[in-house]
Amino acid sequence: MLWYTGRRLLQLIPVFFGATFLIYFMVFALPGDPIAALFGEKQPSPAVIEAIRAQYNLDKPFIVQYLLYIGGLFTGDLGTTFSGRPVIDELVRAFPITFRLAMLALLFESIAGIVVGLYAGLRKGKIFDNSALVVSLLLISVPTFVIGFVLQYVFGIQLALFRTTVSSQAPWSELVLPAIVLASVSFAYIVRLTRASVAENMSADFVRTATAKGLTRRRVVGVHILRNSLVPVITYLGVDIGSLMVGAIVTEGIFNIQGVGGTVYRAIQLGEGPTVVSFVAVMVIIFMLANLLVDLLYAVLDPRIRYAK
Amino acid sequence: MTSTSTRPESAGTASSATPLLEIKGLKIGFKTQSGYVDAVRGVDFTMMPGERLAIVGESGSGKSTTATSIIDLLPGAGEVTGGQILFEGKDLTKATPAEMQAIRGRDIGYVPQDPMSNLNPVWSIGFQVEEAIRANGVATGKQAVRDRAIEVLKEAGLGDADQRLKQFPHQFSGGMRQRVLIGIGLSSRPKLLIADEPTSALDVTVQRRILDHLETLTRDYGTSVLFITHDLGLAAERAEKLVVMYKGQVVESGPSKEILANPQHPYTQRLVAAAPSLASQRIQSSIAPTHTNDVEISDEGADDAELMKRAHQREELGKRNASYIQVENLTKLYKIRQGGFKTTELRAVDDVSFSIPRGTTMALVGESGSGKSTVAKLVLQLESITSGTVAIDGRSVGALKGKDLFDFRRRVQPVFQDPYGSLDPMYSVGNTIAEPLVTHGIGDRKSRQKRVHELLDQVSLPVSMVNRYPGELSGGQRQRIAVARALALKPDVIVLDEAVSALDVLVQGQVLDLLTDLQTELGLTYLFITHDLAVVRLIADNVCVMQKGRIVEAGTTDEIFANPAQQYTRELLEAIPGANFEFGR
Amino acid sequence: MPSNTTPGLSPDHYVAPLDETPLKAVDAVDETEKPRSSWNDAWDAMKTRPLFWISAVLILFVIVVALFPQLFTSTSPTSGASLPDSNGPAESGHPMGFTLQGLDVYARVVYGTRASLTVGLLATVLVTLVGIVIGSLAGYYGGWLDALVSRLGDIFFAIPTVLGAIVLMSVLPSRTPLTVALVLSLFAWPQIARIMRGSVLGAKSSDYVMASAALGVSRFRILIRHVIPNAITPVIVVATVSLGTFIVAEATLSFLGIGLPGTVMSWGNDINAARASLRVAPMPLIWPAAALSVTVLSFLMMGDVVRDALDPKARARR
Repeated sequence: MLWYTGRRLLQLIPVFFGATFLIYFMVFALPGDPIAALFGEKQPSPAVIEAIRAQYNLDKPFIVQYLLYIGGLFTGDLGTTFSGRPVIDELVRAFPITFRLAMLALLFESIAGIVVGLYAGLRKGKIFDNSALVVSLLLISVPTFVIGFVLQYVFGIQLALFRTTVSSQAPWSELVLPAIVLASVSFAYIVRLTRASVAENMSADFVRTATAKGLTRRRVVGVHILRNSLVPVITYLGVDIGSLMVGAIVTEGIFNIQGVGGTVYRAIQLGEGPTVVSFVAVMVIIFMLANLLVDLLYAVLDPRIRYAK
Repeated sequence: MTSTSTRPESAGTASSATPLLEIKGLKIGFKTQSGYVDAVRGVDFTMMPGERLAIVGESGSGKSTTATSIIDLLPGAGEVTGGQILFEGKDLTKATPAEMQAIRGRDIGYVPQDPMSNLNPVWSIGFQVEEAIRANGVATGKQAVRDRAIEVLKEAGLGDADQRLKQFPHQFSGGMRQRVLIGIGLSSRPKLLIADEPTSALDVTVQRRILDHLETLTRDYGTSVLFITHDLGLAAERAEKLVVMYKGQVVESGPSKEILANPQHPYTQRLVAAAPSLASQRIQSSIAPTHTNDVEISDEGADDAELMKRAHQREELGKRNASYIQVENLTKLYKIRQGGFKTTELRAVDDVSFSIPRGTTMALVGESGSGKSTVAKLVLQLESITSGTVAIDGRSVGALKGKDLFDFRRRVQPVFQDPYGSLDPMYSVGNTIAEPLVTHGIGDRKSRQKRVHELLDQVSLPVSMVNRYPGELSGGQRQRIAVARALALKPDVIVLDEAVSALDVLVQGQVLDLLTDLQTELGLTYLFITHDLAVVRLIADNVCVMQKGRIVEAGTTDEIFANPAQQYTRELLEAIPGANFEFGR
Repeated sequence: MPSNTTPGLSPDHYVAPLDETPLKAVDAVDETEKPRSSWNDAWDAMKTRPLFWISAVLILFVIVVALFPQLFTSTSPTSGASLPDSNGPAESGHPMGFTLQGLDVYARVVYGTRASLTVGLLATVLVTLVGIVIGSLAGYYGGWLDALVSRLGDIFFAIPTVLGAIVLMSVLPSRTPLTVALVLSLFAWPQIARIMRGSVLGAKSSDYVMASAALGVSRFRILIRHVIPNAITPVIVVATVSLGTFIVAEATLSFLGIGLPGTVMSWGNDINAARASLRVAPMPLIWPAAALSVTVLSFLMMGDVVRDALDPKARARR
């Protein structure tokens, strides 16, 4: 297990440098003036231009720029936003909020998704299964922001059960509706994945053997079918973190949540390129680390991975 | 199924007169995409306590379906549509799920076929053994259950039982996994054990040990055993009663030895005639030889010096044909990367030498890991030789490159084992057989078509096959197409790698007959790779026994079977189920 | 002939009467059956499912709307705006009401189909082509090519598609459907490449590949004629679904304001524009959202049907 962890960490390093390099490259190395690109139609004042130049070391050769930037990442110097605040401060303030939102969403989507998927898979072809399939397809087809608007309208305005926007401290209770919105698409995918996995495992040989041993149906389902069906779901969760981050930008935008996503959202709206880049870079790093955690969890769940050389 | 003869209950050798298991008129059907299929159409048989009964049949006979229906393990689409299953007098077809669950494991145990897929890979062995123990009330309390689990593993023949508890299925070998499954099946000393092809996925020497062990345990516990098998020899050895099934019906049943010595039903007669383990001689070709491998070197119109020269030529030709395929000190090393930076060497083939005379069949026999398949790949030049030589008709093949290698391919062709993987499912039969001709640029479209028809004819398949696809055909039909493809380029040598191992007994016999006829007709030389020593007797002139990459023993088939010199060879021979019996024809 | 009258046989030796258990020839060929390739099988499986027909009709419908919007409405989507109509309700000739600017919602939905579908289609085609080529080469030839491609794929994969698109779209000067499609494909190709690579690795070790190699067929030809056709089915399924998800991605980018420029008519842009007055007039947002959802739904349903039809385990059961 230790060996597996070490190997995964080692594999992470080139990917880390590659991905950050790619982001940096896209922004600063493409033909054209990066300043113009970053700010689009807006014309920032010369003072700001000067500051940006210095911050991103635009006068130096590209590789040096990149390395200085990476160095900055490690020391916590991520540059400053338009309002003059250091990006790192913004990040520290916003991160816990988004973290709470994401955790809630993960909780909702996993528990609900696995339970619904399990029942659908066990009763394949029956009414519950077919409706679960239809609902999940709908949730994937309707973009998250539409779901957000609709739920905000219905629950926030019409039924007035929830606040339509979230306050700046963003306590757990206020994050419930946004978390549901955020979780909706992932919930659909998890239902489908669990359902397919369960249906497949139901006809697996080892399930037949378990039944032949005289185990109760309940135990066969819980200990054998479900347990084995969890593995692909866990794998999916790793990729899902990425879509959660994108979804966070949208959801936090709609509900006016002052988290990482919301900051990126506003920065995009205001055309603040540099902020967008910094935040995205950090999000990508978090994505990579989350994936690493998921890989480790996967090894815990599947001994074949753990013991493979 | 109505029987006009009366069938008295067996007064037999059993101690009690009440049957343990009675199957009466059992009918089972399956819902499939193409409609309803009657898999079992009225089966009757009876088992007494302590008795051993074997159900024998080919695939599709309904034997496995019958057995799994006893404990209601039919896959979702299957259901019992008629008849009764009486276990100790109680009709299991009418049992409630709770009653079935109580009976399963405790009164009726089950040992499945494939040890790899039948153990859950994510739970430890100990976990899976212990849950069986707990579910059947054999022991309660954590320590007692654990102790019992250790006992079960020990009885199953696994050493270091307490260490094994924590390990996972993928860390065990096939034989060990099967022992675990047997242990689990017997853990609550059931009255009946259903063993569904319990050893067919294992190496031959392992098979015998496990079956012996199973026999000891069941005898000690007084457990009745219901064997499902396709192997007549095994049935004769391990069971007193035999039930022969064909297409969902029982065609013959009764004392196993009697049935095999004196089969009455035509189907049973076919089975007995075709069973390799019971055979004692090489299949003879049904046609007279038409092909001679010797170029006619006549003595006409020659003076003395010329006569000498021609005699000399004939002698040379004779020598070349005697060692048409000559393998010397053949070695193949693989480098395996272990985790990290270490690499180890695997000697898959270690200093192997043999020669095959033209027009004969040489069998390479061995268990898994013996290197026999690797030798085949080396001869076919699908893998590169590490050292040593392979020479065909005097030419060393290892050095061939480019066009020479391309031309060489025409002379040596393969037939592989897995009938479901050896033909591209996307290619029609006609295109598959024509591929060699297309690749080597032989003929035009019309002449190729003609040749394809010819080849289909040669393997006794109708010409209408050309438009079919492998997915619709049976295993035997696919293998015959593979043979037709191999013949397309008129090769001299065919390498058959487990070519009949996946086929049903009667189909296997058919394909072996075909191969023998083709050999006589076309003067082919065969290198026949197999793990089944019984098949060797049917098809091979000479044998090489391989173990761990080396040749352990070599000789003619008769010699090896009559006087095996090496211990390993003797083990392989003894492992053939039913080899010691005398059987009727 | 009942067995117990035959001498020498024990009474419980039972033989079934031959007329009840007739023997067939061993391994006989059924010549009356029509040939069925695996594509035939798949087609048979699909055409019996109502879901297939529903989604096929919907998809065709959407494509026709995208190609010939004039057939569906004579109202102009861009002119004829009158402020009094702003956010007006549905009336005759304007079944979906009016936008904030007083334009006909229905006309905009119809004309907006083209942009959304173009982005989805283009991105899918790009991603599938690149993914198939790279994935099969990497899986088939292995070695350094595979290592390089895998690392490269890991790097692109590490950046979630829309996130990367956000960054790139922020800095690109021009935004057209083509650009958006390119940007989305840039971050989405590793998924298809991985699937193709895995599939090729599996097909590569089949016996029919070995048999063709033993015939002398060149390595490259084996890849093209044997390996790829057998490895491609999972990619087809994912590609069908991807079309749907790309359309959603474009809409998300437009919602954020960095997708297609406001001058291009697309569902995403219309949804975005209708946001401000959501409280008072939800319909100008609902209609394009519904159109988008129905379109994506039809592709997802088709993807499900195709996957079930091509599933090898289902095929084995037939």
